Amino acid sequence: MKETVERKKEFIEDPRYKQCNREALMGAGLGIANLIWWFGWGYGLGSGSPSEYTYIMGFPAWFFMSSIVGAILFTVLAVIMVSKYFKEVPLETINKKEAEAIQQELE
Amino acid sequence: MQNINMNVLGALIVYFIGVFGIGFYSMKFVAKASSQVTDEGGFLTEYLAGGRDLGGFVLAMTMVATYLSAGSFIGGPGTAYTFGLGWVFLAMSQMPTGYFTLAVLGKKFAIVARKINAVTVTDFLRARYDNKAVVIISSISIIAFFIAAMGAQWIGAARLIEGSVGVSYRVALLFFAITVLVYTTIGGFRAVALTDAMQGVVMTIGAFALLIGTITAGGGVTNIIQNMYAQDPGLISPFGVQEGFMTMAWVTSFWILVGFAIVGLPQVATRAMSYKDSNSMKKGIIYGTVVSMFLLLSMHFIGAFGSVIVPGIEAGDLVIPTMATRLFPGAIAGIILAGPLAAVMSTVDSQLLIVVGAIVNDLYINYINPEARKNAKLTSRISFGATIVVGILVYMVAFNPPPLMVWLNLYANAGLISTFLWTVILGLYWKRANAPGALASMVVGVGTYILFSKVWARPLGMHTIALPLILSLIAFVAVSMSTREPEERIIETFWGI
Repeated sequence: MKETVERKKEFIEDPRYKQCNREALMGAGLGIANLIWWFGWGYGLGSGSPSEYTYIMGFPAWFFMSSIVGAILFTVLAVIMVSKYFKEVPLETINKKEAEAIQQELE
Repeated sequence: MQNINMNVLGALIVYFIGVFGIGFYSMKFVAKASSQVTDEGGFLTEYLAGGRDLGGFVLAMTMVATYLSAGSFIGGPGTAYTFGLGWVFLAMSQMPTGYFTLAVLGKKFAIVARKINAVTVTDFLRARYDNKAVVIISSISIIAFFIAAMGAQWIGAARLIEGSVGVSYRVALLFFAITVLVYTTIGGFRAVALTDAMQGVVMTIGAFALLIGTITAGGGVTNIIQNMYAQDPGLISPFGVQEGFMTMAWVTSFWILVGFAIVGLPQVATRAMSYKDSNSMKKGIIYGTVVSMFLLLSMHFIGAFGSVIVPGIEAGDLVIPTMATRLFPGAIAGIILAGPLAAVMSTVDSQLLIVVGAIVNDLYINYINPEARKNAKLTSRISFGATIVVGILVYMVAFNPPPLMVWLNLYANAGLISTFLWTVILGLYWKRANAPGALASMVVGVGTYILFSKVWARPLGMHTIALPLILSLIAFVAVSMSTREPEERIIETFWGI
């Protein structure tokens, strides 16, 4: 029993994970925003009768906004996300000293 | 179509030679890894994970090429041909995969894979849950579902060669099977990833050329869309041409199946543990998103626009080959048709390797002959043998082809997703996740999926997979919370430094 308590004390969480979790949440958030954009424009403008559609560059507006603009916009957002908010961390197994250095760097 | 089209055949042969070349190049790395006696498991790290050496461009291309399969290149455009712009709209639900999978599995998955020296997803599950049943169920699910999925993919490839070259289905199948088997067997993961990269480039060029050709042939976008409207107003509506088929809930639920849950496919997850460093991941996301966005949009456009450019072809699946051969002179058509063929090839090669991983790494070495891990020569011989045997099995499945490959393919994917999605995601991010929870989620996921697909094809109006995934998440959390938390030593391995 005592041993497990002691081991728990020694257990330091990998400092890289905080950043990893943040990046994963950002990726998930972007995905959900993408879904909302697609759904909102697609069904918002596309649910009426096709005889009443308006057109942008030849495409029905619902399609142009949801699928073409959406695709380009979220590609750009993905590029911004990884270039600005994703951080460079080593992937190899690290020791305590390196862990401390990484922790400082990330903060 | 009765005569053999020499131009297309010539282009395909040149392309196949390129693929073989990459296979032989990679063979050097595999041979080196199999002659090392000291390094434990070094052979399998090379053969199944390419020595964890993927750069950003190759990572992006192999990722995209792996999840964009015959479904996106033949079946998808074929369905868009029948249902119009609504199906292009539906296809865009797969767009987030380009950034979503790599971001969500993230660097954490790559870090953990190195900590526990995992080369397959099952390795990850074995270390995380430390449970025999989890390992065996996941290995068997890989073997069974992938053989079904590969059967469907090979059929697609053979049909494509049949339709464009004019040889018989059986000859086409044999031609394809031998090519894939040879380069995958001799080159392993490195050959697969590099050929995927080449195939990704071929696909992109092919799709671009075909898109331009299609729009020109149809007299511009405005003209095409108005012709589609004249033919059937449903062709330009998000609801398609058939009442009650493409409902809002059903189409939207594809975001779960092909957009987000792709994370749970073993062949995708394997790639997320095989890249070299943070920079490859960053570049992988950028290139992957751009390429998959472009490919999805253009291939489905070609299908949908085809409804007015080449109306009345007997099966939607033939739209891409028909367009390519009608719009372009032979040699160029050959290059364009190599695109979808590349898509199929790059999907099946990775599936083949995943099945081999399950047989050799997850079952044979873990349970039948643990000594083999140290013996690179033996492991390599068994891996080569397994690759060939699985290839022959798939060939037999594909020999008597069932017609609707899109659905067959989705069926297998759904089964795999039910097995792996939550066990990987929760295992990675939730400390409390344990073996009973993982087992419960696998059983509930696959069980309810099979049940629903028989008796309730659209639960709550959604695609069959959506509700089983939610149920299996609930089962996972409920069972984990009511059983013992995982051992401290596992948590320390995964979360400690």
